[in-house]
Amino acid sequence: MDRSDVETRMKALLVGELGLEADKINNDARFEEDLEVDSLGVVELLMALEDEFGVEIPDDEAESILTVGSAVEAVIAKTG
Amino acid sequence: MERRRVVVTGLGAITPVGNDVESFWDALLAGRSGVGPITQFDASDTKTKIAGEVKDFDPELYFEKRESRRLDRYVQLFIGAADQAMVDSGIDLDAEPELRERMGSIAGAGMGGLPSFEESLDTLRNRGPGRLNPLTIPKLIANMSAGMAAIRWEFFGPTNCTVTACAASANAIGDAAEVIRRGAADVMMAGGAEATVSEFVIGSFNSAKALSTNNEDPEGSSRPFDSNRDGFVLGEGGAVLMLEERERALARGATIHGEILGYGMSTDGYHVTLPRPGGKGQALAIEAALRDAEIDPSGIQYLNAHGTSTPANDKTETAAIKLAFGSSAQDVAISSTKSMTGHLLGGAGAVEALACLLAIRDQVAPPTINLNTPDPECDLDYVPNEAREMAITNTLSNSFGFGGHNVSLILGKHE
Repeated sequence: MDRSDVETRMKALLVGELGLEADKINNDARFEEDLEVDSLGVVELLMALEDEFGVEIPDDEAESILTVGSAVEAVIAKTG
Repeated sequence: MERRRVVVTGLGAITPVGNDVESFWDALLAGRSGVGPITQFDASDTKTKIAGEVKDFDPELYFEKRESRRLDRYVQLFIGAADQAMVDSGIDLDAEPELRERMGSIAGAGMGGLPSFEESLDTLRNRGPGRLNPLTIPKLIANMSAGMAAIRWEFFGPTNCTVTACAASANAIGDAAEVIRRGAADVMMAGGAEATVSEFVIGSFNSAKALSTNNEDPEGSSRPFDSNRDGFVLGEGGAVLMLEERERALARGATIHGEILGYGMSTDGYHVTLPRPGGKGQALAIEAALRDAEIDPSGIQYLNAHGTSTPANDKTETAAIKLAFGSSAQDVAISSTKSMTGHLLGGAGAVEALACLLAIRDQVAPPTINLNTPDPECDLDYVPNEAREMAITNTLSNSFGFGGHNVSLILGKHE
């Protein structure tokens, strides 16, 4: 899947579903520290990503997804 | 040692007839119903198609979007009313941070986040347990109103939640007053809210034959004490009272809206939904509140009835008032404001306590609307159809819940 396509859909999800501010979202943004998404919010986000992109993110992999960029990479790795 | 006294220094409300205290009160005095066709779900399959919904509630008045989406509507409505009450009280926790440890909250909800639960059941059945949202439990639990209040305003005193069905927020106010009386806190945010206009709840109440099915005449459907009443009308919303220890409130020059004078509780010990015939159980709560307030029945001028518009409640409550008030029963002005708001379940007690305080403030009793053909078994003065200007010093508010929980509060003019 095209990187910019993943980034665009990810941003739309973060804004539309989680109510985050669009201008704070970039690949380096850390969920907990920069975007103030708490641990429940991260779980919610990953589940929304699974639905959006039709992928499965196992719990042990989810623990290493701490930034918007790492979530993008995880989706690209799984969708090829 | 004299008992610590508890006064009310802040008011807030979000109700089917108005989303703040003054619009709520204007509607009650005008006899305006907030009942209409259900808009929150497609009611084509439920027998009852009407409810008292809160109109045009905008969560973003009180929350950022990322916060409101994590809260069930019942918590949003509670926090909205609480926010109004905090502002009205003039309490500024940043200016007196030491109050944070002396402030708490008790909030009532009969059901909690049932609509959130209902939504999550679709996910469970259709997609399996692994797809349940991580916020499912915090959204549905019935104690999140007081929890969220403490999170929002960062206070650290006692919090609790009462879940005594339709008596829940009356219990919340009474229990919160007790917390202040015994010295465990100086300020308590007390009240409750409910938001259960959902297919699951309407359908379940329909099966229990509890709801009015007068769909053709929404505004005339809630008709307490009338011969043609056919059940209660579900409402949503709630109210919050800021309770404060009297000396503290006087010292800071707070506006005092009234005093919590008495709190009485009893239980029917009879049936899951029906009141004990004859009103003995309910009368015990009224009598307990009068004793607590050290007031004779003749000292109560206005009584806000539980008055649900169910055949069983209204005649039993009438009998209970006669038992407790004796010869004074004929003299007290009684009204059911549920005739206008519908029945807010766990939010009802707080909204009706608020109506009592405003009745004292403006020296006027709100009416019971739709009372055109009085039930012969309901033969007291229910202030039919028109608000009544009168001298009001002390008021009593009844709230009775499924399970047989009976609560009476006495609210008086602050002297």
